[in-house]
Amino acid sequence: MTNIAATAAPSAKTAAALPTRVVKGFVDRLVIIIPYLWLLFFFLVPFIIVFKISLSQTAISMPPYTPVLDFKDGVSGFFAGFRALNFDNYTWLTQDALYFNAYVTSLIIAGISTILTLIVGYPIAYGMARAPATIRPTLLMLVILPFWTSFLIRVYAWIGILKPEGLLNQVLLATGLISQPLVILNTYTAIFIGIVYSYLPFMVLPLYSSLEKMDYSLIEAAQDLGCPQTGAFWKITFPLSLPGVVAGCLLVFIPAVGEFVIPDLLGGSQTLMIGKTLWNEFFSNRDWPVSSAVAVILLLVLTIPIMFFQQAQAKAQEQGR
Amino acid sequence: MIRKALWLSATSIFLTLFTAGGHAEDRVVNVYNWSDYIDSSIIDDFTKKTGIKVVYDTFDSNEILETKLLAGGSGYDVVVPSANFLARQIQAGVFQKLDKSKLPNISNMWDVISERTAKYDPGNEYAVNYMWGTVGLGYNVKKVTAALGTDKIDSWDVFFNPDKLAKLKDCGVYVLDSPADIIPAALKYLGLDPNSTSPDDIAKAEEALLKVRPYIRKFHSSEYINALANGDICLAIGWSGDVFQARNRAQEAKQGVEIGYSVPKEGAQMWFDMMAIPADAPHVADALEFINYMMTPEVIAKSSNYVLYANGNKASQQFVDKAILEDTSVYPDAETIKKLYTVAPYDPKTQRVITRTWTKIVTGQ
Repeated sequence: MTNIAATAAPSAKTAAALPTRVVKGFVDRLVIIIPYLWLLFFFLVPFIIVFKISLSQTAISMPPYTPVLDFKDGVSGFFAGFRALNFDNYTWLTQDALYFNAYVTSLIIAGISTILTLIVGYPIAYGMARAPATIRPTLLMLVILPFWTSFLIRVYAWIGILKPEGLLNQVLLATGLISQPLVILNTYTAIFIGIVYSYLPFMVLPLYSSLEKMDYSLIEAAQDLGCPQTGAFWKITFPLSLPGVVAGCLLVFIPAVGEFVIPDLLGGSQTLMIGKTLWNEFFSNRDWPVSSAVAVILLLVLTIPIMFFQQAQAKAQEQGR
Repeated sequence: MIRKALWLSATSIFLTLFTAGGHAEDRVVNVYNWSDYIDSSIIDDFTKKTGIKVVYDTFDSNEILETKLLAGGSGYDVVVPSANFLARQIQAGVFQKLDKSKLPNISNMWDVISERTAKYDPGNEYAVNYMWGTVGLGYNVKKVTAALGTDKIDSWDVFFNPDKLAKLKDCGVYVLDSPADIIPAALKYLGLDPNSTSPDDIAKAEEALLKVRPYIRKFHSSEYINALANGDICLAIGWSGDVFQARNRAQEAKQGVEIGYSVPKEGAQMWFDMMAIPADAPHVADALEFINYMMTPEVIAKSSNYVLYANGNKASQQFVDKAILEDTSVYPDAETIKKLYTVAPYDPKTQRVITRTWTKIVTGQ
C-alpha cells in the first residue's frame, strides 16, 4: 500500500508541476537577465560612448569633438568612417611620460592604501564577528553610520584635524609627545589617511560577512589538537575569510585608483594621480577625446585585477565542491 | 528608514512634476549663476515687478558650467561664465546674440569695462558684464608684517622674488591652480607681454615660477578662501572676490585674523563675469527682461553692495556704498585701471603647451 502510494505520488506531482516549472524557469531566467540588462545600460553603453569619443578629434563646437561612426550618412557612411578610424589619441598617451607616471603613481597609492585598509579593517571585522550576536547589529550600524554625512564634508574635516595648527598637532603638542607640529596635511601620508578612513567600511563589511559565517568550532578543534592561537588563525580563520579579503581589497583598490577628491583636498600639489590628469585633459585642455582615451586605459588597467578576482573566486568554488 | 527616504523623494519628485505642470503657462526664467553672487531680494523684486518667476541655480566653477553648455540642452536661460570661457563658448556656438532693442538699460554700462570685454566678445554682441575684478595678492596682514617687516604689499615682487617668498614659506603660500591666471602674471613681472603665446616666453615664465615653487605650499583654486580666513596661510594669489570673502569670514569669526588684498603695481589681470543667453534657451524674452533688469543702476548697485565686487555699470556708481566705491582694491583708481590687463583665451595648441608647462611647475613632472 505504501509502495503504491510512493510510486504514484511523484508521477502525479510531475504532471501538475510541469506548467509551474516552465513558469518558474522563465522567472529564473528573468531574474538572471536583470543584472545583465543593468550591466548593458549602466556599463556597456556608457563605455561604448566614451570609447567612441576617444576615437574622435577635438573641435571648437557643441559637443567639443568631431563625430565619428555616425549613422547620419547611412550604413555606407558608417563603414567609411570605420575605415577612417585612427587611434591617435592613444598613441598620444604614449608620447609623454606624464600619463604613464600618473597611472603608476595611482596604482602604487591605491595599492598601499588597500594594504593599510586591510590591516586596520581586519581586526575590526574580526572583533565584530566574534562579538555577542545581540550587539552585532549595533556594531554594523556604527560602521555604516559615517555614510549619513556627506563624503566631501568628512574629507574636509580631516583638513581641520591634520593641518599644522590642527586638532591632532594640538593634542600631541599639549601632551608633550612632539615639540614641533607635524606636517601631515598636503603630503602622501594625508592621502593614505584619507583613503583608509573613507574606504574602511568597504573593507570591513565583506570581511565581516565572511568571518561571521565561519564555524568557530573549527578553531576549538584546532586548539584541542594542540595548535597555538596564532597558528589556528593563519591556518583556519584567514584562509576561510579569503573571499572577504579579496572582495574588500577590490572594493577599496578600484575606486582608490581613480580617486580625485581626497588627493585634491588632503594631498600636496605635487601628487600626480590619474584622476587629476583626467581632470586636466577634460577641463583645462577641453580635450574630451584624449580624456576619454585616458579613461578607457584606466578601465583596462582596472579590469585586470577584477579578472584575477573572478579567477580566484572560480578556483575557490571548485575547491569548495 | 531607507524605504521611508525613498517614499519621501518619490513624493517630492511627483509634487515637483505636478506643480511644474500646473504653472506651465506662467513666465519663467532659469538663471544659472555663481554661488553667493547676488542679493536674493533682487530676485524677489524682479518677480514682483514683472511677474516672471526666477528659477535660480548656482555653480562654483567655470568648468562645470562649460561642460553643461557644451553638452547642450542645459535648459538655462541666463548663464554667467567668465569672459575667457565665454570667448571660446561663443566660438563653439553656445550662445545667441542679444537683441539690444530689448535691453534699453545697456546705455548705463561703463565704457572702460565694455572696451575690455569686447576683446572676448567683439562688439559685446553676446553678453553684458555682471561683475568684474582682478587677480592679485591676498595676505594675512599680521603674519606678513612679522615675516617681511612691512605690511606694504603692492608688487608681484613679494611673490616672484625667491628671497622674499622664502620668508613666507613657513606661514604658508597658496596659488590659484589656474595657469591662465598665473602664467600671464609671471610674464608681466618679467616685463614681457602677458598675452604672449611664444614658447620662449612661456619657458621664461616657467623658469620664474620654478624658482619660487619650493616656497609654495599648494596650488588650489578654492581652498585658499578658508585657509586665509582661518589664518592657516599668509599669502595667496587669488581672485579679488574670493579674498574679500575670506576677509569677511575672518571678520565674522573674530579670531583676530586680518586679511588684506592688493592689486600689484606692475599691473594685474582683470576677470569679468558675463551674463549671456544660451542658443537653445527656452525662455529668451524673459531672459532679456532679466538681463535688462540687472542693468538697472539701483539694482546692480544693490548687488555690488551685497557681494562687494565692482560692476561694469557706470550709472550704478552713485548708488554703490561709498566705502566700496572708494576701496581701491575693489574699484582701483583710474591710474591703476590703465595698468590692468586682459588675456585673450588660448588656442587649443597653446592651451596644451600651457597645461603641460603648468603640470611641470605644479608636480615637478
